[in-house]
Amino acid sequence: MSPVIKRKGERFTIPSKYLLFVLTCLCTALMALTIGTDLFNRPLNAAAGYVVVPFQQGISRVGQWLSSRSEELVQIRQLLEENASLREQVDELTVENTLLLQERAELNRLRELYKLESQYEDYRKVGAHITGRDTGNWYSVFQIDKGEDDGLALDMNVIADGGLVGRITGIGPNWARVTSIISDNAHVSAKTLSGTDPLIVTGDLKTMADGVIRFGQLVDSQDAVAVGDKVVTSHISDKYLPNILIGYIQTINRDSNNLTKSGYITPAVDFEHLEEVLVILDLKEQIQDREE
Amino acid sequence: MARKITVALLILMCFVLQSTVFRGLAFGGIVPNLLIVLTSSFGFMRGETEGLLVGFFSGLLCDIFFGEMLGFHALIFMYIGFLNGKFCHIFFPEDIRLPIALIVVSDLSYGMVCYVLMFLLRGKFDFPFYFKSVIFPEVIYTILVTCLLYPFILAVNVRLERAEKRRAQKFV
Repeated sequence: MSPVIKRKGERFTIPSKYLLFVLTCLCTALMALTIGTDLFNRPLNAAAGYVVVPFQQGISRVGQWLSSRSEELVQIRQLLEENASLREQVDELTVENTLLLQERAELNRLRELYKLESQYEDYRKVGAHITGRDTGNWYSVFQIDKGEDDGLALDMNVIADGGLVGRITGIGPNWARVTSIISDNAHVSAKTLSGTDPLIVTGDLKTMADGVIRFGQLVDSQDAVAVGDKVVTSHISDKYLPNILIGYIQTINRDSNNLTKSGYITPAVDFEHLEEVLVILDLKEQIQDREE
Repeated sequence: MARKITVALLILMCFVLQSTVFRGLAFGGIVPNLLIVLTSSFGFMRGETEGLLVGFFSGLLCDIFFGEMLGFHALIFMYIGFLNGKFCHIFFPEDIRLPIALIVVSDLSYGMVCYVLMFLLRGKFDFPFYFKSVIFPEVIYTILVTCLLYPFILAVNVRLERAEKRRAQKFV
């Protein structure tokens, strides 16, 4: 009898150690093949997406439905009281609104001068819900409910609250995986608005609990960068679009090599309470093509 | 066949719960590892082969949706399932201590392996911090969830075994 295949009644079974060996080889080969490429991603992502995503969407929808129903019951009484006070507020706000309209005109003029915010209003964007988050506790990765069928593609930038969230690192027909910039393995090339020196923003599990991310390799020989400065994505990156807000500098220190500076950034996005995100449909490469 | 479908549904259920509902119930951003509970339960309840297969597919699901490359988690989960299968012959359904101990050790070693491969190799040496803030809380939370999930898995397995025995007798 062959040692690999034992005969048990009518069924053939493979001893577990051979199966383990075969699958170990398979996993190692898969890792080697997929670390830099996305060779098998298309069929696998599609198959897994069609099986798993409907469940996830259902469950998140049921969860949202349940929590909103329970909130409704609690809030009915409050709402009646609130309604009365809100009516008063409507009158006040109408007055305020006219004032604000005047201010908006002014804002538009200032924006034209500033030429920054308007830049990412030009991008085509699409909204998406977060349906699942990483099953592990190490990296900060989540899953959204739109995919290739909605026109999304790899490396598209994801924003929320006007700030950078991350980029798409995996995609199926009806889902996409977003690796956020606070994930420990993420690095973003950035610059400050005051100085033009580039810096690198790095996600860090250690500082995630404090709500800050690290930055480093800032040259800044003229000491132009100060606490509170806006940090935006730079032109250097081949994945991230330029001039998307990342956050504000919280602390800044000179490194021991006396050449560069590092410190912490408060991100513009509240990563803990993200529910909806916007995906920018323009890719960096496409935009460059269009400009050329 | 009934067993295969049931186990596939269990894996799917644990994965979906872990990535949606338990993310909402996370304490300090830490989720319990249901897939480890499932993998190691099937390891010590059913033996090496089934443990490693359940582990492989659970891990593969994690890799497809959240991993950087395919096969990384599949490999870790597979070995956890296989090693748990070594304890199959001293497992009795009435005894709760062995399952709890095995699940704790499995989750702990999963955390360690993840730390070494994903953080230590990138030059992040502060092991006490990562142990305190990720590995240990995850183990504690996983034990709590095990108290609810394990009896369920056990009951499903007992039913399946009973059905299989009945079918075998019918054919004799």
